[in-house]
Amino acid sequence: MGGTILEMRGITKTFPGVKALDGVSLRVEDGEIHAIVGENGAGKSTLMKVLAGEYPHGSYEGEIFFAGGECRFSGMKDSERLGIVIIHQELALVPNLSIAENLFLGNERGSYFRLDWDRTFRETAKYLRMVGLAESPHMLIKDIGVGKQQLVEIAKALAKRARLLILDEPTASLNDNDSQKLLDLLKELKRGGMTSILISHKLTEISQIADHITVIRDGAAIETLARNVDDFGEPRIIKGMVGREMTDRFPGRESRPGGIGLEVRGWTVHHPLYPERKVCDNLSLHVRRGEVVGLSGLMGAGRTELAMSIFGRSYGAGISGRLFLNGREVALRGVRDAIANKLAYVTEDRKGCGLLLSSEIRPNTTLANLGRISSRRGVLDKDREIQLAKIYADLLSVKRSSLEQLAGNLSGGNQQKLLLAKWMFAEPDVLILDEPTRGIDVGAKYEIYTIINRLVADRKTVLMISSELPEILGMCDRVYVMGEGRIVGEFTRSEASQEAIMASILKSRPAEGPPAVPIAKGA
Amino acid sequence: MARLLEILKRNTMLIVLIFVMIMFEILIRAHTNGFGSLFRPTNVTNLVNQNGYVVILTCGMLLCILTGGNIDLSIGSIVALVGAIAGVLMVNWKLDIHLSSLLCLLIGLGLGAWQAFWIAYVKIPPFIVTLAGMLAFRGFAWLILGGLTISAFPAEFSRYFNSFLPGGGGGPGQSYAFTLAAAVLIGAALAALQIAARIKKIGKGYEVEPLWETLLRAAFGCFAIVAAGHLLGRDKGVPVILILLAAVVLVYNFFTTNTVPGRQLYAMGGNEKAARLSGVDTDRLMFFAYANMGFLSAVAALICVARFDTANPSAGLNYELDAIGACFIGGASAYGGVGTIFGCVIGAIFMGVLNNGMSLLGMGADWQRAVKGLVLLAAVVFDVLSQRRKRLG
Repeated sequence: MGGTILEMRGITKTFPGVKALDGVSLRVEDGEIHAIVGENGAGKSTLMKVLAGEYPHGSYEGEIFFAGGECRFSGMKDSERLGIVIIHQELALVPNLSIAENLFLGNERGSYFRLDWDRTFRETAKYLRMVGLAESPHMLIKDIGVGKQQLVEIAKALAKRARLLILDEPTASLNDNDSQKLLDLLKELKRGGMTSILISHKLTEISQIADHITVIRDGAAIETLARNVDDFGEPRIIKGMVGREMTDRFPGRESRPGGIGLEVRGWTVHHPLYPERKVCDNLSLHVRRGEVVGLSGLMGAGRTELAMSIFGRSYGAGISGRLFLNGREVALRGVRDAIANKLAYVTEDRKGCGLLLSSEIRPNTTLANLGRISSRRGVLDKDREIQLAKIYADLLSVKRSSLEQLAGNLSGGNQQKLLLAKWMFAEPDVLILDEPTRGIDVGAKYEIYTIINRLVADRKTVLMISSELPEILGMCDRVYVMGEGRIVGEFTRSEASQEAIMASILKSRPAEGPPAVPIAKGA
Repeated sequence: MARLLEILKRNTMLIVLIFVMIMFEILIRAHTNGFGSLFRPTNVTNLVNQNGYVVILTCGMLLCILTGGNIDLSIGSIVALVGAIAGVLMVNWKLDIHLSSLLCLLIGLGLGAWQAFWIAYVKIPPFIVTLAGMLAFRGFAWLILGGLTISAFPAEFSRYFNSFLPGGGGGPGQSYAFTLAAAVLIGAALAALQIAARIKKIGKGYEVEPLWETLLRAAFGCFAIVAAGHLLGRDKGVPVILILLAAVVLVYNFFTTNTVPGRQLYAMGGNEKAARLSGVDTDRLMFFAYANMGFLSAVAALICVARFDTANPSAGLNYELDAIGACFIGGASAYGGVGTIFGCVIGAIFMGVLNNGMSLLGMGADWQRAVKGLVLLAAVVFDVLSQRRKRLG
């Protein structure tokens, strides 16, 4: 490690009405892994977009020095020429093109009118080796898993002769195994002299590999912690992010389980495209009223698929098994049936499958239960709709300028609250919450937990799918661990520990095979 | 003030329409030395008669566009085919005109349902299905008519669509009094309804808009209706077709804004997956939108046949483009989920005024097309840019 490779001084960026960055300074040393943490909306991504030239020089105040010279980028091409490459959270790969074509997209080998395919494929193989991928360069992107796609993105950056890699939430959609591989690769690249900036919500990963951690809060750089000098523990980082000690990240709740609210027996679901594959295999579980039961497992274990197949067969083919709601066996033919039977499924993908982003808060709130605001003939009572939508938005404290604000203009945490409001409006008895706090900040998470507690206090039944073990441990009365479409472990609150659950998950690690198609992402 | 600006912004197309009308009026008067006018009573009647079919088709097209930016290319051909069938039934077979009309509407519905089946349940892209329909239905129209035209429909049939209220004798004075009185009554009724709705809201303790906003809207509506009544009255009275148009527009406006399936249509266009996971039967809505389009095309076919008194295999050419253009000019989103019936009707009137105004100015068909194309592009560009600004703001 030597010298400073990047220095950003006094960066201020304003959007109409909002100061997204307020005099942020950042210094990154050559050859280090520098982590940036902060709550959602703190300004991390904006800062990186300034750095990568996505916001051109002149649209912000402040100075940027890279490798000794001042930079005034007018676009991403300029920053890439200097070797600053940003990898966004949403991968920028084309599903129907091969790995090799993607790798050199916008950076093609050969001349403008004559691509050099031999060189393209030869070099692709080289870069794939560097990131530890054994896939053929001819393989289509859509046929490899998300973890490997992430590695292709890094290979793509390497092919651009990157000197500074910026990774925005690279492990957000990866399972633990793939995440670890990615982190190992970053360490490996660091040994080769690469500098990386890593934005992540996963604090364990950061404390594992970062050399420095810069905390950003409300558009300002609060502090930079250095390895071996400062405390890298999670409580210390969280304290910096939220500006207060989060002694209690989970609101307390008295556990008073009642009768069985949701039960499946011998539930089997086949993959809709590969009917021979069982996504859920003779699975049984139950959740009591007034109980929060966690469903843990790796991505691709079949948790979302299970939830959606229960929710009116909205996923899968050849579904068999028995489903009981509040002790009564039901056969749900569709989503409408499920809602009528007071079952709700709150999706993990609030933007893709949950909200109407270009519609207002009001119609979003009422969509799943329009019967509640209409006459028997199907005529809407719009005055009543406004009244009820306001009640629910207040109940869940959705921060808004008015009920007519577009859902797409809400912050992630408030979108999640709106999504919960929508499903509470449907007045369900049984709720399946799929990753209810994904990608939202610590403060909003606490609010969501409080809402969940209020639901079970009202004797609702809650099954919560979550990939965050602390959340599972902090919130659930009981935990199921799912692997390869089966329940592979069950823990009571007292038995459960991160180690025990992790061990159970790892025992069930799915064999390398065709990738689980991330159904929510519309692959 | 901010509120006023927002109202202006929400009604941009209406303001542009008024502006264009004034512009044409000035140009036409200059061009004809003060003799011609966009607002001459006979011209207003012409405007209504010439553009009735566009308004009807636009209502149906909006539903298709709302499902997700899908369009129906086949409607011009359906107009030709249903018109041809009407000719055969009424003129060649001398069937009862009511029965024939009913059969025509059912056939239109059937053609729509045929396409809707492939689109909604077999998931063939609407563009392709309706392109096929556009070719095939036109072909059938030629087959049925053998490449000829059928004319001289029963007078009784033409009268349904081409007559005027109050009709009969009585002279122009009586006709004017009737039309103006009807317009005043309707305008007053509309204003009263708005104020009643406001009072009901206050009674229930709901939030209401500022009083001047309600009054402004009521006053503007009244003015437009009475002005139209005044002009129509000085010509021949209320065209029957205008009543049909008003009924269709009101029914479809009610459907889209005040019913559960209407709301679900917007949800489906906004985010189809989210709508499905909220219990919306998106397949059925898609089927409905396209079957309905067939039905409205048949309505338009009857109007056109009656107006031209001819069943012609090349009738309805490019009608789909008029309807699609009217929707997009009227503010429908090319991605679905956004757009209102009233907005699209304004779009349709806009296109009509554009056609009519340019004809009065003596512009050739060549220039008319060029101008219409550019206006369509300008309208959508304007819409996209103002949406973008809204998102940033």
